[in-house]
Amino acid sequence: MITGIVTFLIIFAVIGSILYGQRLVKTEKSDAVFGNPERAKGGVHWVIVGSSFLLFTWLYYSWDIAKAFYPKSANELCQVAKVNESLLSLKYLFPIEERSHKSTALIKRENINISDKIIEIQNSPNLKEQDKEKFVNLLNKTRKTIPLLTNEKYLEYETKNIIDELTNRINKLTENFSKDTYPPPLSEEEENKRIEALKKQLGWGATGMEVPPLPESKVGLKFHTASQELNLVSDEFFAMRNHHPAYLNLLKEIRDEIKEYKDGLNEEQVSEMTYIKEIKKLGQRIEYESVFPPYALDEMEKAIRAFDKVQKKEQGATRIKDMLLFPGGTIVASGPTCAEDGPGRWLPKPSDTFRIFGDLLKPSVGFKMIPMIWYEMMGVNRIVGFFLPDWIADIMPGKYPVHTSDGTVEPNFKSKVLDVVTGEFEAFKIPVPTGHIWDSFLRVFLGLTLGIIFGVPLGIFMGLNRFAKGFFDPLVELYRPVPPLAWAPLVITVFGIDNVGKVFLLFMVSFSIMIISARAGASGTQLSKIHAAHSLGASRWQILREVIFPNSLPEILTGVRVAVGMCWGTLVAAEFLAGTSGIGFVENVARKYMQYEVIWITIFVMGMLGLLFDVTIRKIIDKTIPWRGKG
Amino acid sequence: MSDLVSQNVNMIFRSPKGETVHALKDISFKLKKGELLTVLGPSGCGKTTLLNIAAGFLRPTSGIITLGDNEINGPGVERGMVFQQGALFEWLTVAQNVNFGLRMKKEDPIKTAKKVEEWLEIVGLQGFGNTPTYQLSGGMQQRVALARCLINDPDLILMDEPLGALDALTREKMQSLVLKIWKETGKTIILITHSVEEALLLGERVYVMAPRPGRIHKEYKLPFANMGLKEDLREIKNNNEFVSKREEILSMIWDMEEEIMGKEN
Repeated sequence: MITGIVTFLIIFAVIGSILYGQRLVKTEKSDAVFGNPERAKGGVHWVIVGSSFLLFTWLYYSWDIAKAFYPKSANELCQVAKVNESLLSLKYLFPIEERSHKSTALIKRENINISDKIIEIQNSPNLKEQDKEKFVNLLNKTRKTIPLLTNEKYLEYETKNIIDELTNRINKLTENFSKDTYPPPLSEEEENKRIEALKKQLGWGATGMEVPPLPESKVGLKFHTASQELNLVSDEFFAMRNHHPAYLNLLKEIRDEIKEYKDGLNEEQVSEMTYIKEIKKLGQRIEYESVFPPYALDEMEKAIRAFDKVQKKEQGATRIKDMLLFPGGTIVASGPTCAEDGPGRWLPKPSDTFRIFGDLLKPSVGFKMIPMIWYEMMGVNRIVGFFLPDWIADIMPGKYPVHTSDGTVEPNFKSKVLDVVTGEFEAFKIPVPTGHIWDSFLRVFLGLTLGIIFGVPLGIFMGLNRFAKGFFDPLVELYRPVPPLAWAPLVITVFGIDNVGKVFLLFMVSFSIMIISARAGASGTQLSKIHAAHSLGASRWQILREVIFPNSLPEILTGVRVAVGMCWGTLVAAEFLAGTSGIGFVENVARKYMQYEVIWITIFVMGMLGLLFDVTIRKIIDKTIPWRGKG
Repeated sequence: MSDLVSQNVNMIFRSPKGETVHALKDISFKLKKGELLTVLGPSGCGKTTLLNIAAGFLRPTSGIITLGDNEINGPGVERGMVFQQGALFEWLTVAQNVNFGLRMKKEDPIKTAKKVEEWLEIVGLQGFGNTPTYQLSGGMQQRVALARCLINDPDLILMDEPLGALDALTREKMQSLVLKIWKETGKTIILITHSVEEALLLGERVYVMAPRPGRIHKEYKLPFANMGLKEDLREIKNNNEFVSKREEILSMIWDMEEEIMGKEN
């Protein structure tokens, strides 16, 4: 419903914007010539067209438009797909979608296989001459079974009868298929059962249901019934064996010879055993393949071609919907179930995506028991316990209490201090953010902050001091060029899969970036400014704080901006590797369960958060260093 | 008695390749308190080196330079410096820039704010206190630089081509300002310039320096600076004596330049 409205809105927006653009070109003064950058100014209407195209592509290629306008089309296409699937095994017998008859192809292959085996045996250094002769003889006999399958003379009357009967059934189906009376009405009981089952069936794209398989429309029912009939035909056909007594006799003769030979072998004759087994296998393959005389199935082929034609015609509007509204793929059937095959599968429909996103955002649902972003009430005691180190209690005077002889423990001053620093006390609760998004954000924030706190002073020091530059340069330059993820396995082993490991990894990323940018900023300070500060009476520390640091701020903040991007990218990948929360973790789990909607949602959330970080830092840059580029 | 005395100052730069450049050779002079010296010369004659030595940013290879009783061996507040590009701190406002020296001395902010106001008025920037420096024009930036230097009450003011980057009109106004400040404060000033006219206009004394090795080629004592305090600067520029001096020095510098070119060819 909403998708339908959106689709129309998009079409109107695109047409309107294009008309507006046309009019603008006509009314605009033509003083702008090609190459004049003025020409690129403005153009909100083209932004509308661009976004509309993006959204339209998404709607169209995710088959959401098909779902919005023809919600039953997937179900109908499913029934058509069932017929196609049932037809396929029969079609493969004939040069309909293949180049040659199945029998022709099989015989060609088996002849080649037997010839190859003969050559192999004759050239084998491990076999005795008499064994070779025996094997070649057996193979030649196996080859002789083929004509017994392909000769019209050896086609048994009974087999012929079955083929005729199956052909008749297909022809009858073809005849009935285009009639309105097909399928014949079910018995009342069966019809009721069918309707009951239909009521329970979920819609297209509902959670846990890709395409509803039971036929919902009359056309669908027609195809569904036909596919069941075709399945029966095909099963019966492939159960049939074209085995004349002459063939069976020859086969038995070969088998007996092989058995006799095998019994005569001892355990050491390994290669003889291998060869004889392979020879037996070649015969068996021919036995189970459906090989028929050249023209025995001609009538059947005609019947199948005729039915294929009729069923294509009967698809009618469904076929047009398939072509127009299911770009890049279609619905495929596999036994009783159907699935989307194409972009409709991996490109989730906007309507489903927003529904699932809404579910994920609900704090009570979330993902893997953790909400995306929410708050929880946390006692102040836990926060105090987290920030105060436990050794504060250890350095207090006195000793920790010892239990008394009547079996109780009396708290004293030292133990009470310990209770405070470990957070073992009652306190009011405050709301604290929690959830996957918050976890990811916090990791980036901590890693970045640590990187800035340690990297900026060291970078400035390195920019000003020869010793510091020389001493720390090898360290930084050796670890920096390594892609951060290459460090991840080591860092995670040392610091654990939890927050510490990830924060340390992000610290490594931001640390080197901050060092390099702070260093560039410090060493790029104009000498005249430092001279000026000197002659104005500034001390070394004052010059550092009042001149060199503010002068390096533009570089430092640009470094922060780069570091945020790098940290964000590294974090998501690190969360892929290990952990139990975070937006990367969500995507990794969604990938395992093929939840394409969730994957796209995480991609979207990451993009938005990355953008948010960048915009925030850009705002900070504009606020704190308005002189940038103007000094 | 805070005279600036230079005794046989030599400055030899050694490049990493081992070549030596004799930037200053046996520079000796004495500048009395309250004198205004302008230094003129072709590029590469060591003007700026001399100024940097006086400021304490460079240590001479040999020789001694003293201000009053103290030998100069490092930068100090008693020697203020004004740079060609102003070298203002663009992260601070005009008032904060002027206040910088006082803040470094940790003086009482309330008192310094008053002083800053006074100095801004002297250099003609009243009302610009809260303006960021990067929004000022070149001339205004130099006014800030002047005020920033003068508020520290230095004994000696060193100016390294302070008006070099200004347009002609602004330059003339600033020349008047320099003269005005010189007279009102009675400071000792060394001003380096490329412009012969400016050197003559502002200099009570003028040194014309020659390159390779850098040395004082000729010294003039001139009346124009004192005249400039009373008369219009443009009238002085048309003065016959002024014109002839200007031509004399110009041809001297041209000769030097030609000599350099000849050496290089």
